[in-house]
Amino acid sequence: MALLEATNVTKRFGGLTAVNDFTFTVEKGAIDSIIGPNGAGKTTFFNCITGFYQFEEGDIVFNGNSVSGRSTDQITRMGISRTYQNIRLFSQMTTIENILVGMEPQLHTSWIGALFRLPSTVKEESDALDEARRLLEFVGLKGKGDEISRNLSYGDQRRLEIARAMAAKPKLLLLDEPTAGMNPRETAETTEFIRRLRDELGITILLIEHDMRVVMGISEHITVLDYGAKIAEGGPSAIQNNPKVIEAYLGRGAAASATIELEN
Amino acid sequence: MSSQLDLRNTARVGLLAGVITLGVSAVGMLESFDKRDLIIGLLTLGQLLLFSAPFAAGFLVTRGEDKVDTGEAVVGGAVAGALTAVPLIALILLTLAAPNIRNSLVNVSPELISLLSLGASEIVGSLLLLVGMAVLGVAGAMFHVLPDAIRKPLISGLGWMLGFAILSEVSLNILRPILGRGLMRALFGTKGITPLLAAIIFVVAIGLTIWWSKGGQQRYEDRKAAMSEEQRKQSRRISIGVGIVSLLILPIILGTYLTEVVDNVGLFILMGLGLNIVVGFAGLLDLGYVAFFAIGAYVMGILTSQGDLGIAGMSFWLALPIAVGAAVLAGVTLGIPVLRMRGDYLAIVTLGFGEIIRVLATSDLLKPYIGGAQGILQIGKPTIFGFEMVKPIHFYYLILAGVGLAVFVASRLRDARLGRQWMALREDEDVAEAMGIHLVSTKLLAFGIGAAFSGLAGAIFSARLSSIFPHSFNLLISINVLSLIIVGGIGSLPGVVVGALVLVGLPELLREFAEYRMLLYGALLIAMMIARPEGLWPSPITKREFHAAEEEEALGGVQ
Repeated sequence: MALLEATNVTKRFGGLTAVNDFTFTVEKGAIDSIIGPNGAGKTTFFNCITGFYQFEEGDIVFNGNSVSGRSTDQITRMGISRTYQNIRLFSQMTTIENILVGMEPQLHTSWIGALFRLPSTVKEESDALDEARRLLEFVGLKGKGDEISRNLSYGDQRRLEIARAMAAKPKLLLLDEPTAGMNPRETAETTEFIRRLRDELGITILLIEHDMRVVMGISEHITVLDYGAKIAEGGPSAIQNNPKVIEAYLGRGAAASATIELEN
Repeated sequence: MSSQLDLRNTARVGLLAGVITLGVSAVGMLESFDKRDLIIGLLTLGQLLLFSAPFAAGFLVTRGEDKVDTGEAVVGGAVAGALTAVPLIALILLTLAAPNIRNSLVNVSPELISLLSLGASEIVGSLLLLVGMAVLGVAGAMFHVLPDAIRKPLISGLGWMLGFAILSEVSLNILRPILGRGLMRALFGTKGITPLLAAIIFVVAIGLTIWWSKGGQQRYEDRKAAMSEEQRKQSRRISIGVGIVSLLILPIILGTYLTEVVDNVGLFILMGLGLNIVVGFAGLLDLGYVAFFAIGAYVMGILTSQGDLGIAGMSFWLALPIAVGAAVLAGVTLGIPVLRMRGDYLAIVTLGFGEIIRVLATSDLLKPYIGGAQGILQIGKPTIFGFEMVKPIHFYYLILAGVGLAVFVASRLRDARLGRQWMALREDEDVAEAMGIHLVSTKLLAFGIGAAFSGLAGAIFSARLSSIFPHSFNLLISINVLSLIIVGGIGSLPGVVVGALVLVGLPELLREFAEYRMLLYGALLIAMMIARPEGLWPSPITKREFHAAEEEEALGGVQ
């Protein structure tokens, strides 16, 4: 069953068509990737899914409901969480506070309850704190919960962003270049970690990634965007040998000698 | 090693200190500060200002060096100190060369020149100033060379002595009813303290500092570490109790005049706590905050006034929730149109809103209802069980209750889900929304609760003065409240109190220098932004991952 179904989505910025008639599905429980050269419209498509942008044509249906016309907070509450290409943590807040904010869709008590410390509010807060500590441990940030998130190392900040996204208990997690700027060891760890998210927690994952080792290593299904349009899709090996993909990445001349491996 | 570079830096620091002192002299500040005694017969505030310049220059020259060589410190300090004197000497000699300089620089009076030349004739005085400042420069530079064992007691001795001298009015008012007339005369002048008291404070402060470093601190910490959990809780309870009791008896100790000052400070604390929610917690820069203060004050005025403009003749207590409610309504009403605005745009719109309210208050349009420039008179005083609150001390308790309530609300909300939502909003609005935070309600709650505190302050303000006029609600109030939050430490509750004491209380005690208030304000803000941008009392990081047991116990205690 398709968890996310985009049909003929088009997003324009003035004269520029950033996403062009894009049709795309993500199956439940999958780890899928969107790849493409810089400026291909990958992040724009993420922004369309999460409500940061309103798209002009087509529709995106998540879990049976259209996301079109909804605000970002409503879409998050539907079960879609994301991370950002350039890390966007709440940098002056502590690690655990970031996770607690991520838990917003789970929290329901009002400020009046907080004012009088009603039992229901106190319980919800202490449960949330327990859950946040558990998540800290799961992503390997145990012991760093009370640090200001700005002071965390780069890898930890990426990890925290994923933890914050997971705190919302999403059905679908969108990861925008989760290994960007990481060294090979960190990249390998993160790749493994993403696989664990799906295997242990059953979260469906859609990622944008430039590192072909990551993409080819964990994706079950890859979609290639170029100039906002889909040029290819399929399993890792099919994509690797697709001449259109090689052309998009390396130019027409290189496409002629289609033996070049993308991962180099 | 890099003596070339050091020399340039030394010259720059010294001359800069001199030019600043020159400027301070030329606007007449030095002379008017000279009229205020600190230690009678020994030191005036003006002299302190004058002498602190070369001292600071010497201090700054050696700051930042890892290891300061004594010889280097002496030379650097002397050069910096002497250079501080140069612009001042130039001024002295200028008055000799061009006696009619006063035509263009009105504040360069013979008194100022005599102050600068240390009472001697111009030429001799210039030399004295040069030498004196060089010596002070050396003293400033030597501060880094001295071992901690000497430096710390010295700093505390000087600090306490000067602080006590500047704030002598506070202790004077407190001690007058306790000590006899003769003893008072031995210790205090009309302004400032006597050399005897200065010496006593100096010696006691030094003694206490030495005792503290030579074992007192160790013993205190040992004893604290040895306490059981139960004892620690008890001791915390005792200190809270002592704090509450001292707040309750404070106005009795302070006397009428100082209580009035504290009342004023209290109203600003109340406003500061409100604006702190809007600006400090939620990051919404509001420059028109005075509007809600005005609305609270005017609603209270109209509802309780016994004069021509009063429409209801209500009691204070009945009108209070209505006044606060009106402010909240205004806060939310302002909040709705600015929901999509950020940063600079928000600041400009709120600035405009504040001005609109002030202009409306002075306008002819509303004159029949709120009195225009003539304001509202005969505003009712609060009564409790038939007892009418009129004196500053009565309002002290009313304001204290208001501040207590505001602190309670602000601290509870800060530590709760709403507080996190506000802070997330402050850090990154887009991401906060993407986390599932409902922007509209979160922002409106910040505006509404912030406005409530301001409206409460306005209502009390209006009852306290019995009459209100539009000119009390100018832009300067908004700026003052914002500044006190920034100086105290943005987002910090104790910071608001400290900020209000420094920016509202201190000028009140030094009111003879009201002329220079804005100048000092500006200088303080600039100095703060450079030296301590996080504020005097920044908000601490809340520990949540650990201290878990403590927190759960604290939360569970209410269940």
